[in-house]
Amino acid sequence: MNYLLSWIIWLPILGMVTIAFIPRDKSELIKQVAAIVSGIQLLLTIYLWRIFDQSVGTFQFMERAEWIPSFNITYILGVDGLSFPMVFLMALIGFIGVFVSWNIDKAVKGYFSLFLLLNTGVMGVFLALDFFLFYIFWEVMLLPMYFLIGIWGGPQREYAAIKFFLYTLAGSVLMLIAILALYFTCGKTFDMLVLMETAPVALNGMLWWGMSAIKVIWVLLFIGFAIKVPVFPFHTWLPLAHVEAPTAISVILAGVLLKLGIYGMLRINYTMLPDGVFWFAGALAVLGLINVIWGAMCALAQKDLKKLVAYSSVNHMGYTLIGMAAVIAASTMNGDNLISAQAGMGGAVFQMFNHGTISAMLFILVGVIYDRAHHRDIDGFGGLAAQMPIYTAFVAVAFFAGLGLPGFSGFISEAMIFIGAFPVFKTIVIISTLGILLNAAYFLWAFQRIFFGPANEKYNDLPEINTRELFTVVPLAVITLILGIYPRPFLDMISATLNVLIDSVVSLGGFTSAF
Amino acid sequence: MSNFNSLAYYWPELILTVTILVAVIADLCYRREQSINVAWWVLGGLALTLFAVRMGGSSVSPLFMGMVASDPFSDFFKVLILLSTALVILMSFNSNELKDYRVGEYFSILSILSFGLFLMVSAIDILMVYLAIEIVSIMSFFLAGYLKKNPHSNEASLKYVIYGAFSSGIMLYGLSILFGLTGTTKFFEMQNAISSLGSDSNLALILSVVFILVGFGYKISAVPFHFWTPDVYEGSPTTITAYLSVAPKAAGFALLIRFFNQVFGDGTAMTSESWMAVNNLPWPELMAVLAAATMTVGNLVAIQQNSVKRMLAYSSIAHAGYMMMALPLMSQSGVYGIMIYLVVYLFMNLGAFFVLIYVQSEVGGETFNDFDSLGWKMPFIGILMTLFMVSLTGLPPTAGFIGKFYIFASVIEAGSQYYWLAFVGALNSVVSLYYYIRVVKHMYLIGERSESIGLPSSNLVTLVLIVLAIPTFIFGWYFGPLTDWVNQSFVIYQGM
Repeated sequence: MNYLLSWIIWLPILGMVTIAFIPRDKSELIKQVAAIVSGIQLLLTIYLWRIFDQSVGTFQFMERAEWIPSFNITYILGVDGLSFPMVFLMALIGFIGVFVSWNIDKAVKGYFSLFLLLNTGVMGVFLALDFFLFYIFWEVMLLPMYFLIGIWGGPQREYAAIKFFLYTLAGSVLMLIAILALYFTCGKTFDMLVLMETAPVALNGMLWWGMSAIKVIWVLLFIGFAIKVPVFPFHTWLPLAHVEAPTAISVILAGVLLKLGIYGMLRINYTMLPDGVFWFAGALAVLGLINVIWGAMCALAQKDLKKLVAYSSVNHMGYTLIGMAAVIAASTMNGDNLISAQAGMGGAVFQMFNHGTISAMLFILVGVIYDRAHHRDIDGFGGLAAQMPIYTAFVAVAFFAGLGLPGFSGFISEAMIFIGAFPVFKTIVIISTLGILLNAAYFLWAFQRIFFGPANEKYNDLPEINTRELFTVVPLAVITLILGIYPRPFLDMISATLNVLIDSVVSLGGFTSAF
Repeated sequence: MSNFNSLAYYWPELILTVTILVAVIADLCYRREQSINVAWWVLGGLALTLFAVRMGGSSVSPLFMGMVASDPFSDFFKVLILLSTALVILMSFNSNELKDYRVGEYFSILSILSFGLFLMVSAIDILMVYLAIEIVSIMSFFLAGYLKKNPHSNEASLKYVIYGAFSSGIMLYGLSILFGLTGTTKFFEMQNAISSLGSDSNLALILSVVFILVGFGYKISAVPFHFWTPDVYEGSPTTITAYLSVAPKAAGFALLIRFFNQVFGDGTAMTSESWMAVNNLPWPELMAVLAAATMTVGNLVAIQQNSVKRMLAYSSIAHAGYMMMALPLMSQSGVYGIMIYLVVYLFMNLGAFFVLIYVQSEVGGETFNDFDSLGWKMPFIGILMTLFMVSLTGLPPTAGFIGKFYIFASVIEAGSQYYWLAFVGALNSVVSLYYYIRVVKHMYLIGERSESIGLPSSNLVTLVLIVLAIPTFIFGWYFGPLTDWVNQSFVIYQGM
């Protein structure tokens, strides 16, 4: 199949068009079409995985087509070990998300159309290798998200939706300026592959208003991506959006959308501005640390279960930042410790994937209890373990995975991050292990309050988790467990690409006196 | 070229003149109820004019002893003017506000107005500039006050007259200083004379630049000459508001581009990739500050509006600001950016106003609350309005993004001295999201799926809206044809 990546991206649009022709009363049919389309998409990504060559660190399955020659805009797609896990994650969570949304009964047609459009946007960002195309996909996600939160969300949905929209748009216009600045300073091209080669050289020593061009562009891009991650202090939209969004959208938001920020930094900042990586790595680690501690503290204070999970996302993404910062360990200046850099970067990417599966699981499970009890107040339950043993077991799995218990995938990635970052950021790593403790505290405390203790009379007849819900949780739990015991397949898939990335960061950056 | 020879190149204007006369005569023959039929005569004339413009070829020459120029650059704007006039006329059939009035002369005045705009985009002599601006202004005063029984409309017209007279007076003063310094009224002779002036006359030059900017700024409603805009836009019939926010603005930009870059440019007459200001006059800096002020004020005030019509009025000020960003750059790509933006802006802004006209006639109001749950009741209108709002915000994949993209690209290309302007512009488009999406919020986030779906009652409205929506969407991701057209149109008369 020559246009495999295009099919993966555009298939949901095909589904959207199909849905547009279905009368709006046939809601079952609409759901089935959405399920089939995302099912095929998932199968295609699995097929892609089978034929993906792990030993190659560069882009595979490239597609290239003329688009707007007068501005040097091309349609370029490609996949490598960094983007493939994300593509797979999106396909998986997109597929599961359809089943999570099965209960939606308000304007089903609109919901699933937007859901599929969102899917296309996210896939496009992960696969685009032309900066213009990347930006278009990046923005295409916003409108469906706005509607999905704003129409199908909770009581404060209007505010949450507009806050999300404004925050992300503010980030992305800064990104647009950075993209244009790169375009005009580095040979008038949007082709990322070319920019990766020309940008580090072209920007070297360039000054704008007395500031180094590398620093300016780095910061602009970083803010754009950091809002998506979200990095403290840009995180305030996240808990709100999560709490108000319908379950399936929270799942996509936490599971995939937050990764876009990290992905963008690794794909763009790291490759095009390697000098900036060395300049910013310390700040990155510190921001990561703040995310870890701040997220955990906030989670500890929450009464709303969904908000707790939302803050746990802030906490988990913090580890990723610390791991990413460890890349500088490989340079001669910081100890020539390639293994550390590999562990840190590998841990960061692995953590992204794990957070995707684990937080998706957490949000689905929160949705399950919310559907039954119609509230998410942690203190409003009690003794649920007796009524819903299977549900309790799955929540236990998800919580333990979330707090990084050995045997679950989260443990491996966090351990890798600490191992990698320790040689360069000793203090930060030591303090951030405190985060793990807080992590355990808020999960276990919440677990205890919900499932143990005296049974709440009100919930004596809560129905057990049903088959459809199990169907959405089990695959995620299985992946978490398997990768927790045997992470090799995943690490093998990303290592070649990460080695190339580390190599380019270290060889192109860090020793110039650009600033 | 002599007057007689010029006529051969003047078919579009001649046809338009005949159209005006036919419209006036036809109006006399119709009875009051039937006077709307004048519109068809005017539309026919506009179609013929468009044909003549397109047939005109790419000749570049001065006409009527150097009063106006015939070049692809002005043809480009003429097409925009014709297009917006025709669309506004089509939409006027459905306007509720005009129902109580005899509308025959409404259409003939509109065609006179477009004739004035034709002169404005091709003028290369300051006498012609003044004449064109006055034709346009006076016709606009009539149209703004067309709703005789509506006090708001009367107020709009009167305010418009006072502001218009005041600012064109100041502009005339600026032009006379310029004439006094150079002794000529022709753009290119003026440029020559200015570049040989000593630095002791810089003060007088700067004064005349400022005064002239007052007149031009009034035409494109730039801050701080924008105070008439919201009241006039609110009081006028909405069809006219739509027209005023697009066609005269486009013509105003054409004039600004030609006048400032050729008279106050370095004499290369926009033939090189980029050029400088004559005698290092600081007009680009002035213009940059005005651009930043225009979009910021427009956006910040638009947020506070409760009437969608007034919001769109302020938003059109903001859009003028975005386009003005590219004026101080003095580069070809900046002018391209403005031209692309104007095309895109025509479609999306007329679209937004036309939806508003339709909502006015169906719901009976023009505040945000009148849009409540409209997306559920009238999905067609809801989706189109969402498209226009998203496009006005400048989000991909809509045409509005492409317009902003080209403007920002030209600003960034001009080098780091204008990066601050790009930042201001970028942050402004974030601010604008808030009030544009507020319309969408009222349409969709309020209310539920309704059982009865309303389709537009008139096929004409449906057709016009679709005609506007298609380019608004298509140009968002396939803008090759658009840039090609602009590219071909960038042939500008450069003097003898």
